[in-house]
Amino acid sequence: MPQVTMAAALNEALRYSMRNDPHVIILGEDVGKLGGVFRITDKLQEEFGEERVLDTPLAESGIVGSAIGMAMYGLRPVCEMQFDGFTYPAFEQIVSHLAKYGFRSRGRMRLPIVVRIPYGGGIGAVEHHSESLEAYFTHTAGLKVVTPSTPSDAFSLLVRSIEDPDPVIFLEPKRRYWIREDVDLKPNGLPIGKAAIRNEGTDVTLITYGPSVRTCQEAVEEAAADGVSIELIDLRTLVPLDLDTIMASVRKTGRAVVVHEAQVTGGFGGEIAARIMEDDFLSLQAPVIRVGGFDIPYPPAKLEDVHLPDLDRVLDAVDKVLNY
Amino acid sequence: MEGRRGIVDPSSVPTETIQLLKPDGTLVPDTGYEADLKKDDLLEIYRYMALARRADLEGTNLQRQGELGVYTPLIGQEAAQVGTGYALDEGDWIFPSYREMALAMMRKIDPVDILHLFRGTWHGGMWDPKEHRFAMYSVPIATQALHAAGFAIAAKLDGAKTVALGCFGDGATSEGDFHEAMNFAGVWQAPVVFLCQNNQYAISLPLSKQTAAPTIAVKAIGYGFPGVRVDGNDVLACYVVAQEAVRRAREGNGPTLIEAVTFRIGPHSTADDPTRYRTQDEMDHWGALDPISRFSKYLELEGIITDEFKQKVDDEAKELATHIRAEIVGAGPRPAHELFEFVYSEPSDILRREEWLLYEELAGRDEEGD
Ligand SMILES: Cc1ncc(C[n+]2csc(CCOP(=O)(O)OP(=O)(O)O)c2C)c(N)n1
Repeated sequence: MPQVTMAAALNEALRYSMRNDPHVIILGEDVGKLGGVFRITDKLQEEFGEERVLDTPLAESGIVGSAIGMAMYGLRPVCEMQFDGFTYPAFEQIVSHLAKYGFRSRGRMRLPIVVRIPYGGGIGAVEHHSESLEAYFTHTAGLKVVTPSTPSDAFSLLVRSIEDPDPVIFLEPKRRYWIREDVDLKPNGLPIGKAAIRNEGTDVTLITYGPSVRTCQEAVEEAAADGVSIELIDLRTLVPLDLDTIMASVRKTGRAVVVHEAQVTGGFGGEIAARIMEDDFLSLQAPVIRVGGFDIPYPPAKLEDVHLPDLDRVLDAVDKVLNY
Repeated sequence: MEGRRGIVDPSSVPTETIQLLKPDGTLVPDTGYEADLKKDDLLEIYRYMALARRADLEGTNLQRQGELGVYTPLIGQEAAQVGTGYALDEGDWIFPSYREMALAMMRKIDPVDILHLFRGTWHGGMWDPKEHRFAMYSVPIATQALHAAGFAIAAKLDGAKTVALGCFGDGATSEGDFHEAMNFAGVWQAPVVFLCQNNQYAISLPLSKQTAAPTIAVKAIGYGFPGVRVDGNDVLACYVVAQEAVRRAREGNGPTLIEAVTFRIGPHSTADDPTRYRTQDEMDHWGALDPISRFSKYLELEGIITDEFKQKVDDEAKELATHIRAEIVGAGPRPAHELFEFVYSEPSDILRREEWLLYEELAGRDEEGD
């Protein structure tokens, strides 16, 4: 099987979807000739032309807002935000219109739009290029929020997101763009909203997503060496949330740790902790612990390693719930 | 269309640029503009341009050597920045994007303090904005145009004579914030000068795909104030145009949008590959219009500059490069506790707990490390 990176898998998912459905179009800054700053749209304009791969003016509100109009006309736009930090100008269109149009129109006008956002830190970038903005979107009803962690999931979930009748915020963990996997890129029927169990275990449930999955995999191995058995859940989709998979695991282990890069206050980890507690408080043998970044603006590159939850911070939390 | 009233036709807009110096360094006759610059001013302008170019080159070199994460070169845009900057008073404020090294240096900001931003030492920049009357670098496009407008409105309300200069690129004129800034400035007749350095590209996108307007300068009309298009590689033209705009602002006659037509000789940033979207012909064309050699030819033709002076500036530039290198190469991170120090004027209890957690983590790392 060929070795593919997540970046190549996403590129292939776009190509597959565009070949499959002539209504799929791409729009964003520098997505044409340049192929996007991360080359996720590489060579697509060559194959599909300037009318399906649109280099837009530098205007994020313009990109999402005009995609809404295009979708109303009958297209299936896939928008690219160049970096997480440049999504904010589009926020008004995403929150006030993209998320709500289906509801406001009593289901008569669905907006099948995907907004792709390279997100998260760990690449040594300058400011505004490392934001973990998932909680803004999970807190906005009407959006689906997807974040893959492997090349094959990235491929399948992007294809599914483009086919989805509802708007999807597709968060690409940019520091994992270059991880490789042996995989044949074919749609495999993976639905949005289904978590993966990356490792089966009995002592603690570790719940995470996107860029933090790798870090947690390392933690699983490290803990195993110490005789601790961790069950690792990769959520893959934050909204809708696969609570069944989470609860089945927590009932088995009795302990849970949630890990993400985003700051802890108001983060998605709090949502998961609260759900677990509400759903089955008595299955817990220790409080759910959240591991995340500090409550600070994303730090400068030279200090990002002290901010991002690393192996040690995860393992400390695992110890804490084990020794409660 | 002749005879029909009420139509404003974009093709009726003048598209020529104001130029005082031809590319060969001779003066354009009868421009109606005259620069009130003395010999010392002219030499100082030359010096700023040369020093900025050298500091900029050092930025690119340091990035190539892995000392900076990324760098956004200004090479080719020295005239637009120095010409405009020279028209400001010391008390006026500048609101830069991320390519304003020359303007920053005119404000006595050490280029090292800019390069630390690109090294990942600290965000925004290491300088004190109040001391230099130079706001932090702004990465999100066009946002700072509103800060400039707001600052100018406040200055006007206060009865001060301060002018704000808002800097951005051609791509920025597509963002909502650009339009909102222009509109606010127009409504309040704010003492602000907007400087658009039209360097032809926003990363890979040429101006023709950014706007259908015949010029960027013309956009000002829609907001009720003048726009002016100037040869951005001609430092004298940039100076006279800015001087007029600054005077208008200071006298209470409102904003001006300046479009300085120039070219970004380098890549957008060191992470960019311009061969994907730019031709060699284009590079050659603009290379021949280099702003520093044009001005230097003029100074030679007029007998204003001596080899000795050039040598002196050259030596100063070398010293500057050495200084930059000495300060940047190997510079370590800031102390980690600063991450918590600047979030709020007083850290919250939760932040203090997090700071303590980090303190313990780092102590643990040290133990493991050695
Ligand atoms: C809101 C926002 N969107 C996207 C970007 C990514 N980006 C950085 S620079 C740039 C092009 C800017 O072009 P222009 O305004 O012409 O300025 P120049 O870089 O040419 O000086 C883009 C798209 C950004 N920094 N901010």
